[in-house]
Amino acid sequence: MVSRRSAGIPSSPNSPAPEQPFLSISVTDPVKLGNNVQAYISYRVSTKTNMQEYRGLEKIVIRRYSDFVWLHERLTERYKGIIIPPLPEKSAVEKFRFSAEFIEVRRRALDVFLNRIAAHPILRQSDDLKSFLQADEDSWVVEKSRTAEGVFKKKPSDFMQIFKDVQSKVTDVVLGKEKPLEETSEEYEKVKHYVTELEDHLGEAQKQSYRLVKRHSELGQALAEFGKSVKSLGGCETGLLGKAFGELGNRAELLSYKLQKQAQDLLMNFEEPLKEYVRTVQSIKAVLSDRAQAFRQQRELFEASKLKEINLEKLRVVRPDKVGEAEIDYRETKLQSDEANKRYEEIVKVMQQEMVRFQEEKTRDLGAVFHEFARGQAQLANDTAEAWKVLASQLDAWSHQSAGKAVESSA
Amino acid sequence: MSPSADQEDDEDGFLGAQSGPEPDPRVSDSSKEVPISRNGGNSSQEFLTMAVTQPQKIQESTGSSLVPNIYVTYLVVSHTNIPEYGGTEFSVRRRFRDFVTLADRLALAYRGYFIPPRPDKSIVESQVMQKQEFIEQRRVALEKYLSRLAAHPVLRKSEELRLFLQTNGKLPLQPSIDMASRMLDGAAKLPKQLFGDSSTVLAPQEASQPAKGGRDLIRIFKELRQSVTNDWGASKPPVVEEDKEFLEKKEKLQDLELELTEASQQAEALIKAQQEVGDVVGDLGLALIRIGKYESQEATGNAQKVHATDVKRLATAAVKVSRFYKEFNAESCKHLDHLHDYLGLMQSVHTAFSDRSSALLTLQTLMTDLSAMHARIEKLNASSSKTFGGDRSSNRKVEELNDSIKTAEKSRDKAQEEYERIKERNRSEIENYECDRQRDFFSMLKGFVQTQVTYNERIASVWSKAFEEAGSASV
Repeated sequence: MVSRRSAGIPSSPNSPAPEQPFLSISVTDPVKLGNNVQAYISYRVSTKTNMQEYRGLEKIVIRRYSDFVWLHERLTERYKGIIIPPLPEKSAVEKFRFSAEFIEVRRRALDVFLNRIAAHPILRQSDDLKSFLQADEDSWVVEKSRTAEGVFKKKPSDFMQIFKDVQSKVTDVVLGKEKPLEETSEEYEKVKHYVTELEDHLGEAQKQSYRLVKRHSELGQALAEFGKSVKSLGGCETGLLGKAFGELGNRAELLSYKLQKQAQDLLMNFEEPLKEYVRTVQSIKAVLSDRAQAFRQQRELFEASKLKEINLEKLRVVRPDKVGEAEIDYRETKLQSDEANKRYEEIVKVMQQEMVRFQEEKTRDLGAVFHEFARGQAQLANDTAEAWKVLASQLDAWSHQSAGKAVESSA
Repeated sequence: MSPSADQEDDEDGFLGAQSGPEPDPRVSDSSKEVPISRNGGNSSQEFLTMAVTQPQKIQESTGSSLVPNIYVTYLVVSHTNIPEYGGTEFSVRRRFRDFVTLADRLALAYRGYFIPPRPDKSIVESQVMQKQEFIEQRRVALEKYLSRLAAHPVLRKSEELRLFLQTNGKLPLQPSIDMASRMLDGAAKLPKQLFGDSSTVLAPQEASQPAKGGRDLIRIFKELRQSVTNDWGASKPPVVEEDKEFLEKKEKLQDLELELTEASQQAEALIKAQQEVGDVVGDLGLALIRIGKYESQEATGNAQKVHATDVKRLATAAVKVSRFYKEFNAESCKHLDHLHDYLGLMQSVHTAFSDRSSALLTLQTLMTDLSAMHARIEKLNASSSKTFGGDRSSNRKVEELNDSIKTAEKSRDKAQEEYERIKERNRSEIENYECDRQRDFFSMLKGFVQTQVTYNERIASVWSKAFEEAGSASV
């Protein structure tokens, strides 16, 4: 099951049509570096592209999980309104941080992460992506430390915003105004509702897929134990019955192995994609939150500028000498308000486009996931039936033989 | 054995190895059969089937106590063509206590046979006893027990079973006396025995019976002493278990029991794991139903509408599969139950073998007694010959001893008879057991595997259909 979506454009990475831009990334070869507490996993990130912005056709760099986190944060900061592909989770349990399964799951998820970015018409243009994919060891270190402050430091405007929030709340109370700090448009409500429902459903599906994986694995184990005990039991029996028990045991052990494999497949190709979509919904919620924030900002600045306009008119009458200053102040606020409005409207527009894109992608991806799930389950059941069928005819023959012997001996 | 259509075809008498679906032993049905049956000879044409039904609560007010005694009776209906029964259909009401009495009497009369174990007495409070679930469980267990008795070629013709099934009203079998009164009896007899007022020699008719716990304290003491001598004494006991074949088989059966225990446990675990997979597939189906509904509502373009349909289709498939799993597990359980049944039968085997050892012990004790008595006579004769004209008191003692010896010899012969009888029963039972086990286990393996094939094929076709029908729509 291919978890990587290559560049959204239907062309293979190895023989592209010369005009079609493609950007194909793979995350491979996890290697454990460092020692003890400092130990971490590094991944090889290989990029194949014909985009001019990128130097050369191929590039390989070494990155670790925190580097991916950096990229994610940068994109989130920069591209408001866009649903940024989610990262795999930070490891919860120390013990499993270096388990083969965990590493493989993470590697795949990181691969998917980068390829989704590469497939996004806007995100793929990002300079930060370029640096991530191309910067050599030294320049990479420089790049990270330069931007790290920007990522983690709160911008001054944010503090102002918080202050304004408090202020406007007080004003409202004083003025007795019911000011909506949240959008109430039908479209907004619809999106919010959609996201909430989606989160619910995907979460439920993911929960069941997790249980499915576990139960398949447990059945595999039970089958193996059963096979073993049946073989031992066969040891107590002689002749054909003993043989029959032995064959049953063997068959059970074989099928147990198939089941474990199926559990693995389900984990990678059913549970993980669902989990990825659950994480994507979190990304959508982040976009919603950005939109809400932009809305508030725009609202507040609008109110503030309106207030200042009123005051200005008042001053023109009462204190003409103060008008000059007030006018400058008003114009500045008006400017900010306009900018905030532009930002808000941009986010709304982008978000709407993104939601459409998301829906299409989800339909495609989950359709494929469910399709593959049905195929895998059918395959497993078929293989199982076939394996037992062979034994069934053997048993038939043996039991008749054995019954025949019994007749002989009792005659 | 089974009044089914297969009987005509089954000239070889292998009625157990039916390839068709076996009637579920858990479902109450008047023509029930259990898998453990015997083949061979004339008995293959006989049948005896019972149904235990219509539990009724009886309230009996005992004069003195304030709490009325409430117990449950069951209707036991039998159909048979066994000539000894002198009839074809009988119907009686019995309570659990009656089953216990039946089991106890059979245990006494048929020592050496593999007597099916009866359902356990349950040590629960009277409130639980009256609960519908408990009563139903017990009813099923009692029915199973009776069928097993009916399947045994010797026990099915026993007077005890016949009386149990035929006699209306009170069960005409003596229940075993409870421990307390047995001890009292024993305590009463003891002084007499100790002071030699009554003969301490085992009466012949008692020699062929096991020591009745509590009543025959002296006998028990003697046999205990004998067994200690057997284990720790310097000399060999007068007669020992020599049958090599028996000892070999016994050891093999012990091994078998160990493996059966393990296999039985693993079989249970397997069924449970299979069930869990079925359950989670069902839960997934439900989740997918909700998603499908939701996707339908939200669908804007054609692609999304198709997707919603696919999801719904997959959901339906998942729910269907989970239903198949329920049937699948019930069928698998039926077949693997043979393991549990044969494990339960081990109890009977142990009892039969211990009947043999206790009969042997009785015989050994009597022989030791006899030699002791002979030795005493010799001593008395030797010492009295030294006395001129004989010793009158010692002569009397010799006379008494000779009498005792005559009785003891009769007892020893009876004990010998009983021991041989039990040995023979053991032997034939082992033979039948081997045969039955072969047949039943083959049937189990075939049934289990066939069930796996059938249901996996069904499940595969459900998933395949969902996969194929969605194929054109997605990607």
